[in-house]
Amino acid sequence: MAIVIFGVVCLVFFLIHLVPGDPVDMMLGDNAQAADRESLREALGLNQPLMTQLWSYFTNILQGDLGMSLYHRVPVTQLLAERIPATVELALVSLLVSIIIAFPLGMLAALKKDQAWDRSAMAVSMLGVSIPNFLLGPVLILIFSISFGWLPVSGRDGAASMILPAITLGTSLAAVMSRMIRSTLLEVLNEDYIRTARAKGCSWFEVVWHHALRNAMLPIMTLLGLQLGVLLGGAVITETVFSWPGIGKLTIDAINNRDYPVVQACVLLISLTYVVVNTLTDLAYALIDPRIRVGEST
Amino acid sequence: MKQFGWPLWLVIAWILISITGQFISLDITQINLAAILQGPSAQNWFGADDLGRPVFNRLLAGSFTSCVVAITVVSISVCVGTFIGTLSAYIGGRFDHVIVRIIDIFLAFPGILLAIALAGIMGSGIDNVVIALSIVGWVGFARLARAQTLSIKHREHVVAAQALGTRTFNIIVRHLIPLISAPVLVEATFGIASVIIAEAGLSFLGLGVQAPDASWGSMIRDGTRYMLVAPHLVLIPGAALMLVVLSVNLAGDRLRDWMDVKTQLRARC
Repeated sequence: MAIVIFGVVCLVFFLIHLVPGDPVDMMLGDNAQAADRESLREALGLNQPLMTQLWSYFTNILQGDLGMSLYHRVPVTQLLAERIPATVELALVSLLVSIIIAFPLGMLAALKKDQAWDRSAMAVSMLGVSIPNFLLGPVLILIFSISFGWLPVSGRDGAASMILPAITLGTSLAAVMSRMIRSTLLEVLNEDYIRTARAKGCSWFEVVWHHALRNAMLPIMTLLGLQLGVLLGGAVITETVFSWPGIGKLTIDAINNRDYPVVQACVLLISLTYVVVNTLTDLAYALIDPRIRVGEST
Repeated sequence: MKQFGWPLWLVIAWILISITGQFISLDITQINLAAILQGPSAQNWFGADDLGRPVFNRLLAGSFTSCVVAITVVSISVCVGTFIGTLSAYIGGRFDHVIVRIIDIFLAFPGILLAIALAGIMGSGIDNVVIALSIVGWVGFARLARAQTLSIKHREHVVAAQALGTRTFNIIVRHLIPLISAPVLVEATFGIASVIIAEAGLSFLGLGVQAPDASWGSMIRDGTRYMLVAPHLVLIPGAALMLVVLSVNLAGDRLRDWMDVKTQLRARC
């Protein structure tokens, strides 16, 4: 994990050197004074050797210093701190939405395998995979905000404004998850212990709830961790669609303002969150699956 | 062909329409103030956009954009990714270790984020979109090819080729890659679907094609501003995008069933 984090930081650091031509010229435009250019170059440390820059980038990050925003003229950490709650809120609610959709859909498909229920559930999930969030978002706005006027079009103002972005972001995740739940559950339902549980007279509900679903949780957890990346990446687009004041919107605004330190910081924050969550998912296995705990201690 | 059904025909139609669109003269920049935001009608099938330009023609031009980007990016990703992945697994040792670390680092950037950052920083334009999506895209194929190669590299025909003194490059290209091509092909089909969405997404964010060129993503973006008066500006390119992505995904599903490739856990972007 340490190597991955190191690599991510390096890659993010080198992003600014991918700016075509001179990043300082790109940021200031053609009419800038030579003195201004030099002072910006100085401020960004671009006048120093590459290795020195990388080293100071690292040491600054370790001290919680992500530089100054060139556009807002405040520390980047302050901007991030303002935006993080909105994104966390949106991500958690979207995750909840996708779980609420995916579990019934996936379980229905698995329990009614090869029947009309299964086929329609999988068709719905295929539709969900194929509809990008920058299309679903405007369509939902069109239906629920413009036609019916039930929900606000954009912004972050109370719980009602959360509904459409969360559904938009949660749908694609729900679609992938329901397929995964279906296939995992199907695998588990073929196990011997399911037949044993049925044979000893457990009700079908009890078998599914206590025996099948619990054993299916492990792969589903892995997928949840991996899919969080899709959620975080999708948040960038969804937040832009709904003008949701989170990290994703900040990233796009910063790209449009050529505020490169902010772009770097946002990308770094989102990726590191993803890495950490996936590591935590691995650790959570031990909590869920006693076999792993026992296996490690022996 | 029968087992693929309509999704395959739709994909073929999409490619043909994209190509033929290039040969008939499409007026995608003709501003017609009388037709601004007009809805679909008999003369103008899909209506006109905010500058009175015909949506139908722009839809065809956008179709070409996404077709070219998808095919270019997936071709680059498949070639680079498969070769690196196979080489890494075949050589093994320290080289393999380094490649695995690099793959892990790329996979640490969730979904479309790295492509957004790359395209945003390199500046907008369709060539930068192709570069950004290829940089992100090869990783998945490298991981897949590596995993597949690990399971077949000790087969007798590979050992025989080694014993005969075949060069590493030839072993990889002639004896390993053909055997792993089925899952790679299936993955490439899904890759096309995700690249179509990614290109449209980047264009939606204003990082893809530049005006006055057309892309489905930028058409949706321009359309969202006039949703109250002209919802067809969002719905028509959106429906086209969804239909193509859906058929590519379904064709991929059926290809997988047909080739009997074991379902793999894959993180889509």
